[in-house]
Amino acid sequence: MTVFGLVDYFEPWWVQIIKSLVIFGVIFAVLPVLIVYERKLLGRFQGRYGPNRVGPYGLLQPLAEIVKFALKEPFHPATSVESLFRIAPMIAIVTAVSALALVPFGDVQRIFGTPVGLYGIDVSIGPLYVFALGGISFYGIMLGGWASGSKYSFLGAMRGAAQLISYEVSQGLSLVGVLITAGTLSLTGIVHAQRGMWYFIPQFCGFLIFMAASFAETNRAPFDLVEADAELVGGYFTEYGGTAFVAYLFAEYTNMIVVSGMAVTLFLGGWLMPFGIHPPGWVDPFVVLAKMLIVLTFFIWVRATLPRLRYDQLMSLGWKVLLPLATLNLLVTAIVVAS
Amino acid sequence: MTYDPGDVVEVIRGPAPGPVMGAYRVFGETLRGLKTTFMRVLEGPVTIQYPEEKTPVYPRFRGRHRLHRFEDTGLEKCVGCSLCAAACPADCIRVVAAENTPERRVSAGERYAAVYEINLSRCIFCGYCEIACPFDAITMGHDYEMSDYTRSDLIFTKEMLLAEPIERTPLRREGE
Repeated sequence: MTVFGLVDYFEPWWVQIIKSLVIFGVIFAVLPVLIVYERKLLGRFQGRYGPNRVGPYGLLQPLAEIVKFALKEPFHPATSVESLFRIAPMIAIVTAVSALALVPFGDVQRIFGTPVGLYGIDVSIGPLYVFALGGISFYGIMLGGWASGSKYSFLGAMRGAAQLISYEVSQGLSLVGVLITAGTLSLTGIVHAQRGMWYFIPQFCGFLIFMAASFAETNRAPFDLVEADAELVGGYFTEYGGTAFVAYLFAEYTNMIVVSGMAVTLFLGGWLMPFGIHPPGWVDPFVVLAKMLIVLTFFIWVRATLPRLRYDQLMSLGWKVLLPLATLNLLVTAIVVAS
Repeated sequence: MTYDPGDVVEVIRGPAPGPVMGAYRVFGETLRGLKTTFMRVLEGPVTIQYPEEKTPVYPRFRGRHRLHRFEDTGLEKCVGCSLCAAACPADCIRVVAAENTPERRVSAGERYAAVYEINLSRCIFCGYCEIACPFDAITMGHDYEMSDYTRSDLIFTKEMLLAEPIERTPLRREGE
Protein backbone atom coordinates (compact mmCIF):
# COMPACT_ATOMS: atom_id res chain seq x y z
CA MET A 1 0.00 0.00 0.00
CA THR A 2 2.81 2.39 -0.75
CA VAL A 3 0.62 4.31 -3.14
CA PHE A 4 -1.85 5.42 -0.54
CA GLY A 5 0.96 5.74 1.93
CA LEU A 6 2.14 8.68 -0.11
CA VAL A 7 -1.19 10.45 0.16
CA ASP A 8 -0.85 13.71 2.03
CA TYR A 9 -3.41 12.62 4.58
CA PHE A 10 -3.89 15.35 7.09
CA GLU A 11 -7.66 15.54 7.46
CA PRO A 12 -9.78 13.81 10.08
CA TRP A 13 -11.96 11.00 8.75
CA TRP A 14 -15.21 12.91 9.19
CA VAL A 15 -13.93 15.71 6.96
CA GLN A 16 -13.31 13.13 4.26
CA ILE A 17 -16.88 11.88 4.56
CA ILE A 18 -18.36 15.39 4.46
CA LYS A 19 -16.20 16.28 1.47
CA SER A 20 -17.27 13.22 -0.49
CA LEU A 21 -20.93 13.92 0.31
CA VAL A 22 -20.55 17.54 -0.79
CA ILE A 23 -18.84 16.63 -4.05
CA PHE A 24 -21.39 13.91 -4.74
CA GLY A 25 -24.29 16.23 -3.94
CA VAL A 26 -22.98 19.18 -5.92
CA ILE A 27 -22.24 17.09 -8.99
CA PHE A 28 -25.59 15.31 -8.92
CA ALA A 29 -27.28 18.67 -8.58
CA VAL A 30 -25.24 20.02 -11.48
CA LEU A 31 -25.82 17.04 -13.80
CA PRO A 32 -29.48 17.73 -14.68
CA VAL A 33 -28.63 21.39 -15.16
CA LEU A 34 -25.82 20.36 -17.48
CA ILE A 35 -28.20 18.15 -19.46
CA VAL A 36 -30.74 20.91 -19.91
CA TYR A 37 -27.92 23.38 -20.65
CA GLU A 38 -26.64 21.13 -23.41
CA ARG A 39 -30.07 20.74 -24.93
CA LYS A 40 -30.82 24.44 -24.82
CA LEU A 41 -27.43 25.37 -26.24
CA LEU A 42 -27.76 22.77 -29.00
CA GLY A 43 -31.11 24.33 -29.79
CA ARG A 44 -29.52 27.76 -30.10
CA PHE A 45 -26.86 26.36 -32.38
CA GLN A 46 -29.62 24.95 -34.57
CA GLY A 47 -31.77 28.08 -34.62
CA ARG A 48 -34.39 26.91 -32.13
CA TYR A 49 -35.11 27.37 -28.44
CA GLY A 50 -34.62 23.91 -27.00
CA PRO A 51 -36.81 22.73 -24.13
CA ASN A 52 -38.65 25.73 -22.65
CA ARG A 53 -42.04 24.42 -21.57
CA VAL A 54 -41.47 22.59 -18.27
CA GLY A 55 -40.87 25.06 -15.48
CA PRO A 56 -39.19 28.46 -15.89
CA TYR A 57 -37.07 28.43 -19.05
CA GLY A 58 -37.52 24.66 -19.24
CA LEU A 59 -35.28 24.13 -16.23
CA LEU A 60 -37.48 21.37 -14.82
CA GLN A 61 -37.28 19.34 -18.03
CA PRO A 62 -34.64 16.87 -16.75
CA LEU A 63 -36.63 16.44 -13.53
CA ALA A 64 -39.72 15.51 -15.51
CA GLU A 65 -37.69 13.09 -17.59
CA ILE A 66 -36.05 11.46 -14.60
CA VAL A 67 -39.46 10.97 -12.99
CA LYS A 68 -40.69 9.45 -16.23
CA PHE A 69 -37.70 7.10 -16.44
CA ALA A 70 -37.95 6.13 -12.77
CA LEU A 71 -41.54 5.02 -13.23
CA LYS A 72 -40.64 2.56 -15.99
CA GLU A 73 -40.60 -1.16 -15.57
CA PRO A 74 -37.06 -2.57 -15.14
CA PHE A 75 -37.22 -5.19 -17.85
CA HIS A 76 -34.42 -7.18 -19.43
CA PRO A 77 -34.38 -8.98 -22.77
CA ALA A 78 -34.80 -12.77 -22.82
CA THR A 79 -31.39 -13.19 -24.44
CA SER A 80 -29.55 -11.12 -21.84
CA VAL A 81 -27.36 -12.30 -18.99
CA GLU A 82 -29.31 -10.77 -16.20
CA SER A 83 -26.72 -10.37 -13.45
CA LEU A 84 -24.23 -8.63 -15.72
CA PHE A 85 -27.03 -6.69 -17.36
CA ARG A 86 -27.95 -5.24 -13.95
CA ILE A 87 -24.39 -4.65 -12.76
CA ALA A 88 -23.01 -2.93 -15.87
CA PRO A 89 -24.69 0.49 -15.46
CA MET A 90 -23.62 0.52 -11.83
CA ILE A 91 -19.99 -0.03 -12.85
CA ALA A 92 -20.30 2.81 -15.34
CA ILE A 93 -21.66 5.30 -12.84
CA VAL A 94 -19.52 4.26 -9.86
CA THR A 95 -16.28 4.65 -11.80
CA ALA A 96 -17.42 7.96 -13.28
CA VAL A 97 -18.26 9.37 -9.87
CA SER A 98 -15.12 8.09 -8.19
CA ALA A 99 -12.95 9.69 -10.86
CA LEU A 100 -14.54 12.94 -9.79
CA ALA A 101 -12.78 12.74 -6.42
CA LEU A 102 -9.53 13.70 -8.14
CA VAL A 103 -10.61 17.04 -9.58
CA PRO A 104 -9.15 19.76 -7.34
CA PHE A 105 -11.54 22.62 -6.76
CA GLY A 106 -9.15 24.65 -4.69
CA ASP A 107 -6.17 24.69 -2.42
CA VAL A 108 -6.10 23.66 1.23
CA GLN A 109 -8.37 26.05 3.14
CA ARG A 110 -8.95 26.53 6.83
CA ILE A 111 -12.65 26.04 7.49
CA PHE A 112 -13.48 26.69 11.19
CA GLY A 113 -9.85 26.03 12.03
CA THR A 114 -9.71 22.65 10.34
CA PRO A 115 -7.47 22.37 7.28
CA VAL A 116 -9.63 21.09 4.43
CA GLY A 117 -8.38 20.46 0.92
CA LEU A 118 -11.02 21.49 -1.59
CA TYR A 119 -10.70 18.23 -3.49
CA GLY A 120 -11.82 14.70 -2.89
CA ILE A 121 -8.37 13.24 -2.47
CA ASP A 122 -4.92 14.35 -3.59
CA VAL A 123 -3.22 11.12 -4.56
CA SER A 124 0.38 11.07 -5.63
CA ILE A 125 -0.49 9.25 -8.85
CA GLY A 126 -3.02 11.88 -9.98
CA PRO A 127 -3.92 11.38 -13.63
CA LEU A 128 -3.04 7.67 -13.54
CA TYR A 129 -5.90 7.13 -11.11
CA VAL A 130 -8.27 8.85 -13.52
CA PHE A 131 -6.99 6.70 -16.38
CA ALA A 132 -7.38 3.58 -14.30
CA LEU A 133 -10.98 4.45 -13.48
CA GLY A 134 -11.56 5.35 -17.13
CA GLY A 135 -10.29 1.91 -18.06
CA ILE A 136 -12.63 0.26 -15.58
CA SER A 137 -15.54 2.39 -16.69
CA PHE A 138 -15.34 0.73 -20.07
CA TYR A 139 -16.26 -2.52 -18.36
CA GLY A 140 -19.58 -0.81 -17.80
CA ILE A 141 -19.96 -0.26 -21.53
CA MET A 142 -18.49 -3.62 -22.56
CA LEU A 143 -20.49 -5.70 -20.10
CA GLY A 144 -23.64 -3.71 -20.74
CA GLY A 145 -23.34 -4.16 -24.48
CA TRP A 146 -22.40 -7.80 -24.32
CA ALA A 147 -24.85 -8.86 -21.61
CA SER A 148 -27.75 -7.28 -23.49
CA GLY A 149 -27.65 -10.17 -25.94
CA SER A 150 -28.40 -7.92 -28.88
CA LYS A 151 -26.20 -7.45 -31.91
CA TYR A 152 -26.49 -3.68 -31.94
CA SER A 153 -25.49 -3.39 -28.31
CA PHE A 154 -22.65 -5.78 -28.95
CA LEU A 155 -21.39 -3.80 -31.95
CA GLY A 156 -21.57 -0.59 -29.93
CA ALA A 157 -19.62 -2.18 -27.10
CA MET A 158 -16.97 -3.51 -29.48
CA ARG A 159 -16.55 -0.10 -31.00
CA GLY A 160 -16.33 1.40 -27.54
CA ALA A 161 -13.56 -0.97 -26.53
CA ALA A 162 -11.54 -0.33 -29.69
CA GLN A 163 -12.04 3.40 -29.37
CA LEU A 164 -10.94 3.44 -25.74
CA ILE A 165 -7.76 1.52 -26.47
CA SER A 166 -6.88 3.75 -29.41
CA TYR A 167 -7.50 7.03 -27.72
CA GLU A 168 -6.41 6.37 -24.17
CA VAL A 169 -2.88 5.91 -25.50
CA SER A 170 -2.68 9.32 -27.11
CA GLN A 171 -4.55 10.95 -24.23
CA GLY A 172 -2.05 9.54 -21.77
CA LEU A 173 0.94 10.50 -23.89
CA SER A 174 -0.36 14.03 -24.33
CA LEU A 175 -0.42 14.35 -20.55
CA VAL A 176 3.14 13.15 -20.07
CA GLY A 177 4.35 16.47 -21.50
CA VAL A 178 2.49 18.29 -18.74
CA LEU A 179 3.81 15.90 -16.11
CA ILE A 180 7.39 16.37 -17.28
CA THR A 181 7.02 20.13 -17.24
CA ALA A 182 5.42 20.19 -13.81
CA GLY A 183 7.69 17.50 -12.40
CA THR A 184 4.91 16.00 -10.28
CA LEU A 185 1.93 13.67 -10.63
CA SER A 186 -0.10 15.32 -7.88
CA LEU A 187 -2.90 17.34 -9.42
CA THR A 188 -2.68 20.14 -6.87
CA GLY A 189 1.07 20.18 -7.47
CA ILE A 190 0.44 20.55 -11.20
CA VAL A 191 -1.87 23.50 -10.57
CA HIS A 192 0.73 25.13 -8.32
CA ALA A 193 3.34 24.63 -11.05
CA GLN A 194 1.14 26.64 -13.43
CA ARG A 195 1.45 29.79 -11.35
CA GLY A 196 3.58 31.52 -13.95
CA MET A 197 1.93 30.29 -17.10
CA TRP A 198 -0.98 27.97 -17.74
CA TYR A 199 0.16 24.84 -19.51
CA PHE A 200 -2.07 25.21 -22.52
CA ILE A 201 0.37 27.80 -23.88
CA PRO A 202 3.66 25.83 -23.73
CA GLN A 203 1.79 22.53 -24.20
CA PHE A 204 -0.63 23.75 -26.88
CA CYS A 205 -0.13 20.67 -29.05
CA GLY A 206 -0.68 18.44 -26.04
CA PHE A 207 -3.81 20.42 -25.19
CA LEU A 208 -5.27 19.87 -28.66
CA ILE A 209 -4.47 16.15 -28.55
CA PHE A 210 -5.93 15.89 -25.07
CA MET A 211 -9.15 17.59 -26.13
CA ALA A 212 -9.52 15.45 -29.26
CA ALA A 213 -8.86 12.28 -27.28
CA SER A 214 -11.27 13.45 -24.58
CA PHE A 215 -14.09 13.70 -27.09
CA ALA A 216 -13.38 10.08 -28.00
CA GLU A 217 -13.02 9.01 -24.37
CA THR A 218 -16.37 10.44 -23.36
CA ASN A 219 -18.04 9.09 -26.52
CA ARG A 220 -19.10 12.54 -27.56
CA ALA A 221 -19.65 13.80 -31.06
CA PRO A 222 -17.79 13.66 -33.44
CA PHE A 223 -16.54 10.36 -31.97
CA ASP A 224 -19.87 9.03 -30.72
CA LEU A 225 -19.62 5.86 -32.79
CA VAL A 226 -20.35 3.86 -29.67
CA GLU A 227 -23.92 5.10 -29.69
CA ALA A 228 -24.19 6.01 -33.38
CA ASP A 229 -27.96 6.15 -33.42
CA ALA A 230 -28.25 6.12 -37.19
CA GLU A 231 -26.64 2.70 -37.52
CA LEU A 232 -26.69 1.09 -34.07
CA VAL A 233 -30.08 2.22 -32.72
CA GLY A 234 -28.63 3.36 -29.40
CA GLY A 235 -25.31 1.58 -29.15
CA TYR A 236 -24.48 -0.29 -25.97
CA PHE A 237 -27.57 0.91 -24.10
CA THR A 238 -30.04 -0.06 -26.80
CA GLU A 239 -31.69 -2.60 -24.53
CA TYR A 240 -31.65 -0.46 -21.41
CA GLY A 241 -34.61 1.49 -20.16
CA GLY A 242 -35.74 3.23 -17.03
CA THR A 243 -33.27 3.93 -14.27
CA ALA A 244 -30.50 1.82 -15.82
CA PHE A 245 -30.63 4.06 -18.86
CA VAL A 246 -30.51 7.12 -16.60
CA ALA A 247 -27.45 5.61 -14.90
CA TYR A 248 -25.69 5.36 -18.26
CA LEU A 249 -26.74 8.86 -19.17
CA PHE A 250 -25.48 10.25 -15.87
CA ALA A 251 -22.25 8.29 -16.23
CA GLU A 252 -21.68 9.85 -19.63
CA TYR A 253 -22.26 13.36 -18.36
CA THR A 254 -20.21 12.74 -15.22
CA ASN A 255 -17.40 11.59 -17.48
CA MET A 256 -17.75 14.84 -19.37
CA ILE A 257 -17.46 16.77 -16.11
CA VAL A 258 -14.42 14.72 -15.07
CA VAL A 259 -12.68 15.23 -18.39
CA SER A 260 -13.39 18.95 -18.38
CA GLY A 261 -12.13 19.07 -14.81
CA MET A 262 -8.95 17.31 -15.89
CA ALA A 263 -8.51 19.72 -18.80
CA VAL A 264 -8.98 22.66 -16.44
CA THR A 265 -6.57 21.24 -13.88
CA LEU A 266 -3.84 20.14 -16.25
CA PHE A 267 -3.94 22.82 -18.94
CA LEU A 268 -6.08 25.76 -17.87
CA GLY A 269 -4.52 26.54 -14.52
CA GLY A 270 -7.05 24.95 -12.16
CA TRP A 271 -8.26 27.52 -9.63
CA LEU A 272 -5.66 30.13 -10.64
CA MET A 273 -6.92 33.39 -12.09
CA PRO A 274 -5.17 35.06 -15.01
CA PHE A 275 -3.04 38.24 -14.68
CA GLY A 276 -1.92 37.31 -11.19
CA ILE A 277 -5.25 38.07 -9.50
CA HIS A 278 -5.41 36.37 -6.10
CA PRO A 279 -9.00 36.16 -4.86
CA PRO A 280 -9.77 34.83 -1.38
CA GLY A 281 -9.79 31.06 -1.05
CA TRP A 282 -13.55 30.53 -1.10
CA VAL A 283 -13.65 31.83 -4.70
CA ASP A 284 -11.46 28.98 -5.96
CA PRO A 285 -14.21 26.37 -6.51
CA PHE A 286 -16.24 28.88 -8.48
CA VAL A 287 -13.24 29.69 -10.67
CA VAL A 288 -12.81 25.99 -11.39
CA LEU A 289 -16.52 25.57 -12.07
CA ALA A 290 -16.54 28.55 -14.42
CA LYS A 291 -13.58 27.17 -16.35
CA MET A 292 -15.25 23.76 -16.49
CA LEU A 293 -18.36 25.40 -17.84
CA ILE A 294 -16.30 26.96 -20.63
CA VAL A 295 -14.80 23.59 -21.53
CA LEU A 296 -18.22 21.94 -21.42
CA THR A 297 -19.63 24.67 -23.66
CA PHE A 298 -16.85 23.89 -26.09
CA PHE A 299 -17.83 20.21 -25.95
CA ILE A 300 -21.41 21.11 -26.85
CA TRP A 301 -20.28 23.55 -29.52
CA VAL A 302 -18.22 20.83 -31.18
CA ARG A 303 -21.12 18.43 -30.95
CA ALA A 304 -23.33 20.94 -32.74
CA THR A 305 -20.70 21.47 -35.44
CA LEU A 306 -18.90 18.33 -36.49
CA PRO A 307 -20.51 15.31 -38.14
CA ARG A 308 -19.73 11.83 -36.89
CA LEU A 309 -16.57 10.20 -38.19
CA ARG A 310 -16.55 6.96 -40.11
CA TYR A 311 -15.10 4.07 -38.17
CA ASP A 312 -11.90 3.72 -40.25
CA GLN A 313 -11.42 7.50 -40.06
CA LEU A 314 -11.65 7.28 -36.30
CA MET A 315 -8.99 4.58 -36.18
CA SER A 316 -6.64 6.29 -38.63
CA LEU A 317 -6.99 9.60 -36.81
CA GLY A 318 -6.19 7.94 -33.51
CA TRP A 319 -3.23 5.84 -34.59
CA LYS A 320 -1.81 7.77 -37.54
CA VAL A 321 -2.25 11.36 -36.43
CA LEU A 322 -2.80 11.74 -32.71
CA LEU A 323 -0.41 9.08 -31.47
CA PRO A 324 2.65 10.28 -33.52
CA LEU A 325 1.81 13.87 -32.63
CA ALA A 326 1.60 13.01 -28.95
CA THR A 327 4.89 11.12 -29.09
CA LEU A 328 6.55 14.02 -30.88
CA ASN A 329 5.13 16.44 -28.35
CA LEU A 330 6.48 14.29 -25.53
CA LEU A 331 9.93 14.08 -27.15
CA VAL A 332 10.19 17.81 -27.77
CA THR A 333 9.02 18.58 -24.24
CA ALA A 334 11.52 16.14 -22.76
CA ILE A 335 14.38 17.65 -24.78
CA VAL A 336 13.40 21.21 -23.87
CA VAL A 337 13.02 20.37 -20.17
CA ALA A 338 16.29 18.40 -20.05
CA SER A 339 18.38 21.03 -21.82
CA MET B 1 -31.31 -4.69 -69.71
CA THR B 2 -28.86 -4.71 -66.85
CA TYR B 3 -26.18 -2.14 -66.42
CA ASP B 4 -22.77 -3.52 -67.33
CA PRO B 5 -19.97 -1.33 -66.03
CA GLY B 6 -17.33 -3.37 -67.84
CA ASP B 7 -14.34 -5.10 -66.34
CA VAL B 8 -12.68 -2.16 -64.68
CA VAL B 9 -14.52 0.42 -62.66
CA GLU B 10 -12.41 3.53 -62.48
CA VAL B 11 -13.04 5.74 -59.49
CA ILE B 12 -11.72 9.24 -59.86
CA ARG B 13 -10.77 10.76 -56.55
CA GLY B 14 -9.28 14.10 -55.74
CA PRO B 15 -5.60 14.22 -54.86
CA ALA B 16 -4.78 13.10 -51.34
CA PRO B 17 -4.10 16.07 -49.09
CA GLY B 18 -0.49 16.60 -48.25
CA PRO B 19 0.68 17.35 -44.72
CA VAL B 20 -0.05 21.04 -45.07
CA MET B 21 -3.45 20.64 -46.66
CA GLY B 22 -4.24 17.86 -44.22
CA ALA B 23 -3.43 20.10 -41.29
CA TYR B 24 -5.53 22.83 -42.89
CA ARG B 25 -8.43 20.43 -43.24
CA VAL B 26 -8.12 19.35 -39.65
CA PHE B 27 -7.86 22.78 -38.09
CA GLY B 28 -8.88 25.40 -40.66
CA GLU B 29 -12.03 23.71 -41.81
CA THR B 30 -12.97 22.72 -38.29
CA LEU B 31 -12.62 26.31 -37.14
CA ARG B 32 -14.71 27.41 -40.12
CA GLY B 33 -17.41 24.97 -39.07
CA LEU B 34 -17.27 26.20 -35.49
CA LYS B 35 -17.65 29.75 -36.75
CA THR B 36 -20.66 28.77 -38.85
CA THR B 37 -22.50 27.27 -35.90
CA PHE B 38 -21.56 30.21 -33.71
CA MET B 39 -23.03 32.65 -36.22
CA ARG B 40 -26.23 30.63 -35.97
CA VAL B 41 -26.31 31.33 -32.23
CA LEU B 42 -25.96 35.05 -32.90
CA GLU B 43 -28.82 34.95 -35.40
CA GLY B 44 -31.13 33.67 -32.69
CA PRO B 45 -33.92 31.13 -32.90
CA VAL B 46 -36.38 31.23 -35.76
CA THR B 47 -38.98 29.13 -33.94
CA ILE B 48 -42.53 30.46 -33.77
CA GLN B 49 -43.83 29.59 -30.30
CA TYR B 50 -47.08 28.26 -31.66
CA PRO B 51 -49.86 28.43 -29.13
CA GLU B 52 -48.71 31.85 -27.96
CA GLU B 53 -47.74 33.32 -31.30
CA LYS B 54 -49.20 32.24 -34.59
CA THR B 55 -48.05 32.32 -38.15
CA PRO B 56 -50.13 35.01 -39.88
CA VAL B 57 -52.26 33.69 -42.73
CA TYR B 58 -52.71 35.20 -46.17
CA PRO B 59 -55.99 37.01 -46.97
CA ARG B 60 -57.04 34.24 -49.37
CA PHE B 61 -56.23 31.48 -46.87
CA ARG B 62 -58.96 28.84 -46.94
CA GLY B 63 -59.84 28.10 -43.35
CA ARG B 64 -63.13 27.21 -41.66
CA HIS B 65 -66.29 28.26 -43.53
CA ARG B 66 -68.48 31.18 -42.56
CA LEU B 67 -72.10 31.91 -43.43
CA HIS B 68 -73.05 35.54 -43.86
CA ARG B 69 -76.05 37.82 -43.21
CA PHE B 70 -76.97 41.05 -44.88
CA GLU B 71 -75.55 43.76 -42.73
CA ASP B 72 -78.51 46.16 -43.11
CA THR B 73 -81.47 43.80 -42.71
CA GLY B 74 -79.86 41.01 -40.74
CA LEU B 75 -81.37 38.41 -43.08
CA GLU B 76 -79.33 35.39 -44.07
CA LYS B 77 -77.77 35.46 -47.48
CA CYS B 78 -78.20 31.72 -47.96
CA VAL B 79 -81.36 30.79 -49.88
CA GLY B 80 -80.97 27.06 -49.51
CA CYS B 81 -80.26 26.31 -53.15
CA SER B 82 -77.85 23.42 -52.33
CA LEU B 83 -75.41 24.42 -55.06
CA CYS B 84 -72.59 24.25 -52.51
CA ALA B 85 -73.61 20.73 -51.58
CA ALA B 86 -73.65 19.81 -55.26
CA ALA B 87 -70.22 21.35 -55.83
CA CYS B 88 -68.64 19.73 -52.79
CA PRO B 89 -66.26 16.96 -53.89
CA ALA B 90 -66.02 15.57 -50.37
CA ASP B 91 -69.80 15.55 -49.98
CA CYS B 92 -69.64 17.15 -46.56
CA ILE B 93 -72.39 19.78 -46.83
CA ARG B 94 -75.99 19.01 -46.01
CA VAL B 95 -78.69 21.55 -46.83
CA VAL B 96 -82.42 21.18 -46.14
CA ALA B 97 -84.38 24.10 -47.53
CA ALA B 98 -87.69 25.51 -46.27
CA GLU B 99 -90.09 28.19 -47.54
CA ASN B 100 -89.97 31.67 -46.10
CA THR B 101 -93.36 32.81 -44.82
CA PRO B 102 -94.45 36.44 -44.34
CA GLU B 103 -94.57 35.85 -40.57
CA ARG B 104 -91.13 34.32 -40.42
CA ARG B 105 -88.59 35.65 -42.85
CA VAL B 106 -85.16 34.16 -42.45
CA SER B 107 -83.44 34.85 -45.75
CA ALA B 108 -83.76 37.44 -48.45
CA GLY B 109 -84.94 34.99 -51.10
CA GLU B 110 -87.95 32.76 -51.48
CA ARG B 111 -86.52 29.89 -49.46
CA TYR B 112 -83.99 29.55 -46.71
CA ALA B 113 -81.77 26.84 -45.32
CA ALA B 114 -83.57 25.20 -42.45
CA VAL B 115 -80.62 22.89 -41.89
CA TYR B 116 -77.12 23.79 -42.97
CA GLU B 117 -74.40 21.46 -41.75
CA ILE B 118 -70.77 21.09 -42.73
CA ASN B 119 -68.93 18.02 -41.59
CA LEU B 120 -65.48 19.49 -41.08
CA SER B 121 -63.90 16.08 -40.52
CA ARG B 122 -64.62 15.37 -44.19
CA CYS B 123 -64.09 18.84 -45.65
CA ILE B 124 -60.98 19.15 -47.79
CA PHE B 125 -60.98 22.99 -47.80
CA CYS B 126 -61.01 23.20 -51.59
CA GLY B 127 -63.24 26.29 -51.62
CA TYR B 128 -65.60 25.01 -54.35
CA CYS B 129 -68.63 25.83 -52.15
CA GLU B 130 -67.49 29.44 -52.02
CA ILE B 131 -67.23 29.54 -55.83
CA ALA B 132 -70.51 27.76 -56.38
CA CYS B 133 -72.55 30.05 -54.14
CA PRO B 134 -74.56 32.56 -56.23
CA PHE B 135 -75.12 34.92 -53.27
CA ASP B 136 -71.69 34.87 -51.56
CA ALA B 137 -73.47 33.40 -48.57
CA ILE B 138 -70.65 31.00 -47.73
CA THR B 139 -66.99 31.99 -47.70
CA MET B 140 -63.84 30.39 -46.40
CA GLY B 141 -62.67 32.09 -43.19
CA HIS B 142 -59.20 32.26 -41.67
CA ASP B 143 -59.70 29.91 -38.77
CA TYR B 144 -57.61 26.76 -38.80
CA GLU B 145 -57.75 25.61 -35.18
CA MET B 146 -60.57 23.14 -35.41
CA SER B 147 -59.42 20.05 -33.57
CA ASP B 148 -61.93 18.45 -31.22
CA TYR B 149 -62.37 15.37 -29.13
CA THR B 150 -65.27 13.68 -30.91
CA ARG B 151 -66.25 13.45 -34.55
CA SER B 152 -69.76 14.65 -33.91
CA ASP B 153 -68.37 17.90 -32.51
CA LEU B 154 -66.84 18.56 -35.91
CA ILE B 155 -70.25 18.76 -37.62
CA PHE B 156 -70.80 22.51 -37.67
CA THR B 157 -74.39 23.67 -37.71
CA LYS B 158 -75.82 26.82 -39.26
CA GLU B 159 -75.74 28.74 -35.98
CA MET B 160 -72.07 27.94 -35.47
CA LEU B 161 -71.21 28.95 -39.01
CA LEU B 162 -73.19 32.17 -38.79
CA ALA B 163 -71.65 33.26 -35.49
CA GLU B 164 -68.85 35.78 -35.54
CA PRO B 165 -65.69 33.73 -35.18
CA ILE B 166 -63.33 34.50 -32.33
CA GLU B 167 -60.42 36.40 -33.86
CA ARG B 168 -57.77 33.80 -33.32
CA THR B 169 -55.79 33.96 -36.49
CA PRO B 170 -53.59 36.92 -37.34
CA LEU B 171 -53.78 38.13 -40.91
CA ARG B 172 -50.63 38.68 -42.88
CA ARG B 173 -49.98 42.33 -43.59
CA GLU B 174 -49.50 43.73 -47.07
CA GLY B 175 -46.17 42.67 -48.53
CA GLU B 176 -45.28 40.41 -45.61
